[in-house]
Amino acid sequence: MDTAAKKPFDEMYLQDEAVRSIYAGYAAWLSNVPHHQLESKRQEAELLFRRVGITFNVYGEDAGSERLIPFDVVPRLLSAREWDRLSQGAIQRVKALNMFLHDIYHDQAIIKAGIVPPKILANSQYRPEMFGVDVPKGIYAHVAGIDLVRTGENDFHVLEDNLRTPSGVSYMLENRKMMMRLFPELFRSYQIEPVEHYPQVLLNNLRAVAQAGVQEPTVVLLTPGAYNSAYFEHAFIAQQMGIELVEGQDLFVRNNAVYMRTTEGPKRVDVIYRRIDDDFIDPLSFRPDSMLGVPGLLSVYRNGGVALANAVGTGVADDKDTYIYVPEMIRFYLGEEPILSNVPTYQLSKEDDLKYVLDHLSELVVKEVQGSGGYGMLVGPAASRQELEEFRLRIISNPSNYIAQPTLALSTCPTLVEKGVAPRHVDLRPFVLSGKSVTLVPGALCRVALREGSLVVNSSQGGGTKDTWILKD
Amino acid sequence: MLSRTADHLYWMARYIERAENMARVLDVTYNMSLVPNAAQNEADLWEPALQIAGGLDAYRQDYGEVTAAGVVRYMSMDTQHPSSIYCALRSARENARAVRVTLSAETWENINALWLEFSQFVGMDLMQKGLGEFCDWVKARSHLFRGVSFGTMLRDDAFRFLRLGTFIERADNTARLLDVKYHLLLPDDEEVGGAVDYYEWSAVLRSVSAFQAYQKVFNDAIEPWRVAELLVLREDMPRSLHACFSEITPILDQLDGRHSSECRRLAGELHARLRYGRMNDIFQDGLHEFLSDFIESNNNLGAEIQRTFLNAPIGA
Repeated sequence: MDTAAKKPFDEMYLQDEAVRSIYAGYAAWLSNVPHHQLESKRQEAELLFRRVGITFNVYGEDAGSERLIPFDVVPRLLSAREWDRLSQGAIQRVKALNMFLHDIYHDQAIIKAGIVPPKILANSQYRPEMFGVDVPKGIYAHVAGIDLVRTGENDFHVLEDNLRTPSGVSYMLENRKMMMRLFPELFRSYQIEPVEHYPQVLLNNLRAVAQAGVQEPTVVLLTPGAYNSAYFEHAFIAQQMGIELVEGQDLFVRNNAVYMRTTEGPKRVDVIYRRIDDDFIDPLSFRPDSMLGVPGLLSVYRNGGVALANAVGTGVADDKDTYIYVPEMIRFYLGEEPILSNVPTYQLSKEDDLKYVLDHLSELVVKEVQGSGGYGMLVGPAASRQELEEFRLRIISNPSNYIAQPTLALSTCPTLVEKGVAPRHVDLRPFVLSGKSVTLVPGALCRVALREGSLVVNSSQGGGTKDTWILKD
Repeated sequence: MLSRTADHLYWMARYIERAENMARVLDVTYNMSLVPNAAQNEADLWEPALQIAGGLDAYRQDYGEVTAAGVVRYMSMDTQHPSSIYCALRSARENARAVRVTLSAETWENINALWLEFSQFVGMDLMQKGLGEFCDWVKARSHLFRGVSFGTMLRDDAFRFLRLGTFIERADNTARLLDVKYHLLLPDDEEVGGAVDYYEWSAVLRSVSAFQAYQKVFNDAIEPWRVAELLVLREDMPRSLHACFSEITPILDQLDGRHSSECRRLAGELHARLRYGRMNDIFQDGLHEFLSDFIESNNNLGAEIQRTFLNAPIGA
């Protein structure tokens, strides 16, 4: 447990307990608010969230059981200067990833140049159906969630890219609304960058990818349905954008076009913001047992009869096996040096890496290549001896299914817990939107591991969320 | 609007209305059981409640003998049988959740709060204490739902499908209630208007919040044919069949008429019967026959609405 011994970087306090300058005002305010008052704010927030139904469904529990994601009333603060660097780094990354996706489904120059190995084409997330298909405006990842962690004053790392159907943006928006309600006085005294225009930016981007000549494109949000874990978010975003929230059964394909069934008859759909994975989107092309998708959708999409956001086949670019090549992609496509660094990653398909990882299992974080949501993951320093041995056997039986990374000392942020305000590990997921230009709203989802010492921030594993404030200089 | 959305709205409203009506039936039956009445045994008293809810066969299969405790449990908290208040409200909330985008925020939050509040009754022995409180709560939440939707929702098709569900369900429930009670109280050979039990009929009136209305309108002793008149033909009585169709017909006229001609025809036909019908003629042909026919026609209308607008039937 040597990582726990060294005190991680804290967002509010320096090593000598002095307050970092960005937090100066907030820390003074916080020290004057008694614990019970913060606690009552927290309870008020929980009550409101429950009443409004801001919940998520947990797989594996009783069907239809809904839980709240714990909300922390202590915000995470970033300075405009810090944010500029992060957002530029995220934009740079998403630009390169979009170019990579276009390349990998067309000329494959990056493979020919020997930067990315050809075996990437055998990745299960690579969709041969998309080869040679020109997607509108060349945009594949219209929405990208870039997971960032911090280990020092100037040390931000990209933990992973989420280019399929990244979720969590509703919490960025709802957490802000909640904070403004709970602490209006803080919003008066600080210049906090607003995030509320996110749905408008997204809608503009989505309208922009409709087929040429469509005057008033019909945009819909395609959800797997009310039992999906992120259903609240789907409903929320559709409402914010003022578009229909549809399920697969509401759509059908006719004459190279997609229609939705309405009480006034069929209505043409131009752009689908889909929150269903590739595998389920069209039973004729992918999983035939999918009840969620729309038969024939892919063929209409390939012929340009409808636009999909995100594009089909983006998974190959956010796969943990591909991740290690992203800095090279940035150099290759943009001719720039990466602004944000990767976390050093061991590929267990390589013999040397495998040996090192097995020898140092208790120090490392091991992840499944295609896992997500914190499932199928080992945090070495926190694991019991038995867990380590079990995981070791799993790795040995299928090494190429795993990658490993050093256990990062994720930064901590003051968080309200039972005993008072205490440091807890956090990460940050800003949402990068690609349209005519690549932009972010100044804010992000901040996830916090509520258990003391825990490094796993996923909501499915007991993580909570915080509002993130970008303070104007 | 999306057919599925319309379907969820329509059924959400139907389920809430259904829960309210079941609470009414439970409440009055329970109150009746408190009136000493040697002529009636427990089963005779409680069976009609099950008939109205349409669950007598299913009840017998799983619960056996008709007892007060059994019927109360079956109609209130049973999680398996769709005719319980629990299941109706759960379905209402599931439907609402699927269209929370379309509902006004207040309407959604209201239904969500309803479901959260419901947990306070789960596990409670309603027979021993709290049945009245429970029924009042269900009724109050239903009133609140109508009030908040009426007061906050845009008058568009979403609102129309919601209202349509409310009144189709209410017409069905009122007709069933009257049919079951009327049939039961009047043996076949007894002429209409013979000796009736004041308590029975006042209970029927109370179950549709019509006791005060009756006294205002007729200002006289409670007579079954007048009760029937009040609940069938009086347009100013908000739970009467006539009143329901005075709501349904214009809603169907307002919905896009492209496919709805058969819906409008069916509704118009029923509406005309209620509007121009005379109680004497109805009694002449038999009130039971009239009500059975009405229930069937109302069901046909429901099926036609489903086919025309909603096309993906869920629930029953």
